[in-house]
Amino acid sequence: MDTIFALATVPGKSGVAVVRVSGPLAFESCTLFGIEPPKARQAALRRLVHKDDGFLDEALVLAFNGGASFTGEPVVEFQLHGSIAISRAVLECLSKAPKFRPAEPGEFTRRAMDNGRLDLTQVEALSDLIDAETEAQRKQALSGFSGHLRDQSEQWRSDLIAALSLLEATIDFADEDVPVDVSEDVQSCLTGVVASLDREIDGYGVAERIRDGFEVAIVGPPNAGKSTLLNALAGREAAITSEIAGTTRDVIEVRMDLAGLPVTFLDTAGLRDTGDVVEAIGVQRAKERASLADLRVFLQVGNEPPELEVQSDDIILMAKSDLSEDLGGVSGLTGKGVPELVERVKSTLVTRSTGAGLVLNARQEEAVREARDRIKRSLSFTINGIEFYDLASVELRLGIFALERLVGRVDVEDVLDNVFSSFCIGK
Amino acid sequence: MKQFDFDVLVVGGGHAGCEAAHAAARSGAKTALVTLNEAGIGVMSCNPAIGGLGKGHLVREIDALDGVMGRVADKAGIQFRLLNRRKGPAVQGPRAQADRAIYRNEMLRETKQRENLQIVIGEVEDLIIEKNKVSGIVLAGGEKVTSNSVILTTGTFLRGVIHIGDRQIPGGRMGEKPSTKLADRLYSFDLALGRLKTGTPPRLDGRTIDWDSLGTQPGDDEPVMFSFMSEMPSAPQVSCGITETNEKTHDIIRGNLERSAMYGGHIEGVGPRYCPSIEDKVVRFADKTSHQIFLEPEGVNDHTVYPNGISTSLPEDIQEDYVHSIKGLEQATILQPGYAIEYDYVDPRSLNLYLSLKGLSGLYLAGQINGTTGYEEAAAQGLVAGLNAARRAKNLDPVTFSRADSYIGVMIDDLTSRGVTEPYRMFTSRAEYRLSLRADNADQRLTQMGVGLGCVSAERRRQFEAKMERLEAAKTCLDAMQVTSSQLAEAGLPVSKDGSRRSGFEALAIEAVTWDVLEQLNSDLGGFDVATKDQLSKDALYSNYIERQKKDIEALRRDEAQAIPEIFDFNVVNGLSNELKQKLTSARPSNIAQASRIDGMTPSALLLVLSSLRRMQSQARAVG
Repeated sequence: MDTIFALATVPGKSGVAVVRVSGPLAFESCTLFGIEPPKARQAALRRLVHKDDGFLDEALVLAFNGGASFTGEPVVEFQLHGSIAISRAVLECLSKAPKFRPAEPGEFTRRAMDNGRLDLTQVEALSDLIDAETEAQRKQALSGFSGHLRDQSEQWRSDLIAALSLLEATIDFADEDVPVDVSEDVQSCLTGVVASLDREIDGYGVAERIRDGFEVAIVGPPNAGKSTLLNALAGREAAITSEIAGTTRDVIEVRMDLAGLPVTFLDTAGLRDTGDVVEAIGVQRAKERASLADLRVFLQVGNEPPELEVQSDDIILMAKSDLSEDLGGVSGLTGKGVPELVERVKSTLVTRSTGAGLVLNARQEEAVREARDRIKRSLSFTINGIEFYDLASVELRLGIFALERLVGRVDVEDVLDNVFSSFCIGK
Repeated sequence: MKQFDFDVLVVGGGHAGCEAAHAAARSGAKTALVTLNEAGIGVMSCNPAIGGLGKGHLVREIDALDGVMGRVADKAGIQFRLLNRRKGPAVQGPRAQADRAIYRNEMLRETKQRENLQIVIGEVEDLIIEKNKVSGIVLAGGEKVTSNSVILTTGTFLRGVIHIGDRQIPGGRMGEKPSTKLADRLYSFDLALGRLKTGTPPRLDGRTIDWDSLGTQPGDDEPVMFSFMSEMPSAPQVSCGITETNEKTHDIIRGNLERSAMYGGHIEGVGPRYCPSIEDKVVRFADKTSHQIFLEPEGVNDHTVYPNGISTSLPEDIQEDYVHSIKGLEQATILQPGYAIEYDYVDPRSLNLYLSLKGLSGLYLAGQINGTTGYEEAAAQGLVAGLNAARRAKNLDPVTFSRADSYIGVMIDDLTSRGVTEPYRMFTSRAEYRLSLRADNADQRLTQMGVGLGCVSAERRRQFEAKMERLEAAKTCLDAMQVTSSQLAEAGLPVSKDGSRRSGFEALAIEAVTWDVLEQLNSDLGGFDVATKDQLSKDALYSNYIERQKKDIEALRRDEAQAIPEIFDFNVVNGLSNELKQKLTSARPSNIAQASRIDGMTPSALLLVLSSLRRMQSQARAVG
């Protein structure tokens, strides 16, 4: 197995740059720079001198033994001064050494997973953690990285194995002193798991939002002051994290951090009936995008009804309140009502985000959903009685296998262990 | 080519030995079965019953390959019960109480009649080994018998010790002397060994049991046979008695626990969790106030009764006491005390999928010596070893069984890849493709394969082919038929009228749809016999699930087909972690499917092994 290395920090000028080396020869990388590997897990300040290139840098060096590192392999980290030239020189020295090669993207994590240091859900959470921009994203990713989903899956798995072993006991030990009908126990066990899986599926939408961002669309007729409002929001009340022109020229997105939640405000084309083909496409797109958003802010002009279906929690405000004395209006121009609007959006989204589940991405959600559907089918076979235990069992196994995609595999030995510890088998 | 006395020598006349010898002989190999005496052939040393869940499946599979166990058990059966009759066909297992004497006599008769098969009476003292190949045996007295290969089916003879209380008697079975010389030879191979224990209950005199005070368990009204060739029982049918232990029994046992061999610390072997001694039951399930006991007659002309459920290693006087505390057994005479037996087994991971020892060619092991328990498990292994030994003699490729085609495949794969930690018994829950591997379709799964192997008689082949023709005709008729959802709904079935159309076979997959329902819609279906209708209904019942499993099965078969040669060196696989190299080297998986089940194995590691294997194969081709 090759020893791999890479710059672990962002390329470019910075305070500190970290080069990470992992693999069987990691400790030998110290020799390349004329130093002894420091004691494991103890930082040491060392002068790095290469035999050809001479003095490179004074660096803080850390070593981790195999089995006690992020990747599970021996690891050495060089904390260099964050100069582009220094890190390049160090990386070049490493590439020249035999059996060393630059890591491929994600390879450190891959090795961590292969060596059993992380499971799949943790790897996914790690990538989310690195991408986290806001506080809520950080917390959510950290929950995944700490293995909360894995722990929850373990709980499901042990409940499901308990249910399966009840069914299997009546099947494999039919001529023994075990209960004949276990429908009631299996049912109560499975009902609990199904409810818990349902909660996760419901919570997924919110978790997904926390990860990818909530969308709030500003909608209203042309010239209602939507763009002005967006500018006001962007300019004053929220930290701008990015300003991207939409993929279509007619939807402008502004991404902000509201109470730790990533929120994207959308400025859509004015909604009106039009004969202009190009504008009609813009309007159509604005409508679609706005309907799919998490929340809509309607800017109302006069008594015209909203052009789009108003969904629960949506906010309706009188447009251009600088021009009127109406209460409950908003004006991007004067800033009137803008703080109140921000507050309302914030509290609505914060309330929603409390429902977030542990399931973080589509892959996990798909597995949980499949498991839920299988277990529900198993449940209905179980309720139908012992004549259907063969099918209840196969559906339950398929449900457990679906969850296997989140956690380790289920072994028949697990089921038998459970049977033998619960029932007195053997006539 | 060297001339041997025999193609295949089978040592031992138990269930593994008999099936091995018959399988080899059926395959056309000149075979000898070596046993201490004729009376040892086909002995049921434990409970007088054959079959059950998983076990009944194995018997059907042995029978589908024209083995002997099913036919002999049908002749000896004195009480037939299909277990799980109320549950789906995939989990139904045939079981029968067997008359020991009939079983033994029938097995002996079959063995004597078998063409190519000779019984040799004698004690095997040693193996002939030349150039790391086993080429025969040495009998007590020095006579040498040579053969292309040897199958050892010697049960618990490796350091077997019988325990009754604190009394220990060396021996593999009550009243049999241990054969130590052959054992020493096996030990000299430095195989990985483990120690197991198992137990038996005291045998009772049926004439001293108060049957009138006890409940009975009769056989089924319509007995289900093991063999696809049998039609009905030939022995008289009897019932079993049922009684149970009580608090007094438990008090006696609790009060004398330290006198039991197990609890007194005389036994180190691991016993089966599914067959605990009565001491274990009382200790481990202390809150249970009674445990069921089945009183199983050992035969129609034998008054010995086997009380199933109270195996023990307590001293004889305590056995007397607790037996007499049980209802109906107050006056019962113990004919032979219960005992525990401890023995060494060979770690079956030392075997390849043909049950031949890795690293020493020509020696096969089958049965209890491999850490299994049960007549059926033993017989199934005997069959595999017998077929392969015969093929070896003829220079034919070995035959393997897949987890996807049989319980035999599940068992051999479990044994050779996982080893055992307790005596291995078959359960239906071990089979991931349980819905396809049914007792009712064992012939559809295996008989054609047996025909290809040349181990199936002309008579069975004819019968099988006729059956398949009937099934084919009926299936064609079903497939051609179109059933609409409204037709089904009108027949009173819980089907939504969504306008969908199904073939007759697809309709039959719906729980509530029976053959009779379809017959009313299409009178052509009335022209088939009951057995055919019944079989197709069972085939259809799980067809949706089986269809879905097809992809998994294909992947499994692909992985199973990618064999890893015994000489393959995992240490040369680039990029594999040292830990996995060690695990793979010690587990020596026979194929990629087995390697994938090794703890800690990852898809990327598997890929490395696979590509390394491919490289080796292409190099071998280039050189060859």
